[in-house]
Amino acid sequence: MTTAPAGPWTTGRIAEVERPTDRLVRLRLEVADRVDHLPGQHYVVRLRAPDGYTAQRSYSVASDPVDPLLELMVECLPDGEVSSFLHDEARVGDVLELRGPIGGWFTWTGEVPAIGIAGGSGVVPLVAMLRYADRLGLADRLRVVAVGRTYADLPYAAELERRGAFLALTRENHHDRVAHPPYPDELAPLVDGVERAYVCGSVGFASFATRLLGEVGVLARTIRVEQFGATG
Amino acid sequence: MPVTRGFFGRRDRRERSHRLPPGQYDAGADWPVLTAEATPVIRPEDHTMTVDGLVERPTTWSWPELQALPGSSYAGDIHCVTTWSKLGTRFAGVSVDTLLEAAGPRPEAAYVMAHSTTGYTTNLPLADVTGGRAWVVWEHEGRPLPVEHGGPARLLVPHLYFWKSAKWVTRLELMARDRPGFWEQNGYHDRGDPWLEQRYQGDP
Ligand SMILES: Cc1cc2nc3c(=O)[nH]c(=O)nc-3n(C[C@H](O)[C@H](O)[C@H](O)COP(=O)(O)OP(=O)(O)OC[C@H]3O[C@@H](n4cnc5c(N)ncnc54)[C@H](O)[C@@H]3O)c2cc1C
Repeated sequence: MTTAPAGPWTTGRIAEVERPTDRLVRLRLEVADRVDHLPGQHYVVRLRAPDGYTAQRSYSVASDPVDPLLELMVECLPDGEVSSFLHDEARVGDVLELRGPIGGWFTWTGEVPAIGIAGGSGVVPLVAMLRYADRLGLADRLRVVAVGRTYADLPYAAELERRGAFLALTRENHHDRVAHPPYPDELAPLVDGVERAYVCGSVGFASFATRLLGEVGVLARTIRVEQFGATG
Repeated sequence: MPVTRGFFGRRDRRERSHRLPPGQYDAGADWPVLTAEATPVIRPEDHTMTVDGLVERPTTWSWPELQALPGSSYAGDIHCVTTWSKLGTRFAGVSVDTLLEAAGPRPEAAYVMAHSTTGYTTNLPLADVTGGRAWVVWEHEGRPLPVEHGGPARLLVPHLYFWKSAKWVTRLELMARDRPGFWEQNGYHDRGDPWLEQRYQGDP
């Protein structure tokens, strides 16, 4: 295991903002004194009020490490302090305090064949891994299962599908797949030969996905979990 | 550092429960299970607890011996670095003070490494596990601690982020110098005070 010191506090200037749905905001930032990240790492965003009050939250990096901009995809939680500020207020030119990259555990650089299973905004770190894998011609070493309520709700749905991810939608039929969480027999062929599994999403989703991986024979000690998002 | 244009904090921020550290939300009745690693299967009767390292009398307690020690309980809040807090929850077991008293820390002991059966480790300043602030617990809300929450026994250090409360704890190793544990090697803070938001290495 390698030590992964977190980068120091710095700032990022918002270069692009896009709101692909009314719940999501995609930010692309120019980061001062940027430290290269590994696919799967995250940054901390800190907001600062005029009276000195601060709020900080973690956000996974979606961009490939060679992308000149740092890309974050934030899901707006009802009444969420940081996510709703970023969703409702953030605009091009704003400067945010940032710290990162952070995390040495939930990273993948192609060293082992792997599977990633993510729910909702948990797909973000897997998007970074897929973009990285594609660029380096390692796409066959990373299989991704992305779980969302509907196609429109799932961040990066079109890109994930284009990069060969298996989409399991739970509230909407998709092509000829009837709405349902992933079934063991859908997962089984995808775990063949994998040596590591990445699970990312809400706490509830992470326990579901960890159980499912166990059912198809993935050894628990090869599973790496990152939890965030609503509990449901 | 710059003020964030348009940010004034949540409208209700001053009224938010004074029990919630910054960045935490109230998980209510839920107790999320965080599984960065596999849940081991441990029969309580096979579980032992050891205090060693810089102590006068390295000591190991069998499960019945541990249960026979004077009991101690905690009722209060716990805070996980993944942003949930659980308010008003109850645990019972033995105070770490009781274990340390039996083993006799040497004067140079200043840090503790907690080890679990899975190989998980987490480091703490000795001062954070003494003075009635840390427990080895095997009961939650009057019932045996479920294995997914660290049963048969886990460390409980409720004033620090919960990754410090090592599940399936079997050993407290006293050390003169601090050494990073599992998450700490992966960038997490050596102390982890939720009120200071000591999440990552380099936080205040
Ligand atoms: C390593 C890591 C990576 C992350 N990456 C991303 C990412 O790429 N994209 C993304 O959108 N988010 C990500 N998150 C989650 C993010 O850090 C925030 O928790 C989220 O944006 C909510 O913050 P907020 O200030 O908007 O909500 P808050 O003001 O903290 O909370 C608002 C309300 O929402 C509810 N709530 C908040 N957080 C949770 C939760 N975790 N579970 C259940 N209910 C909750 C609470 O009821 C709360 O009252 C990540 C988290 C971690 C730890």
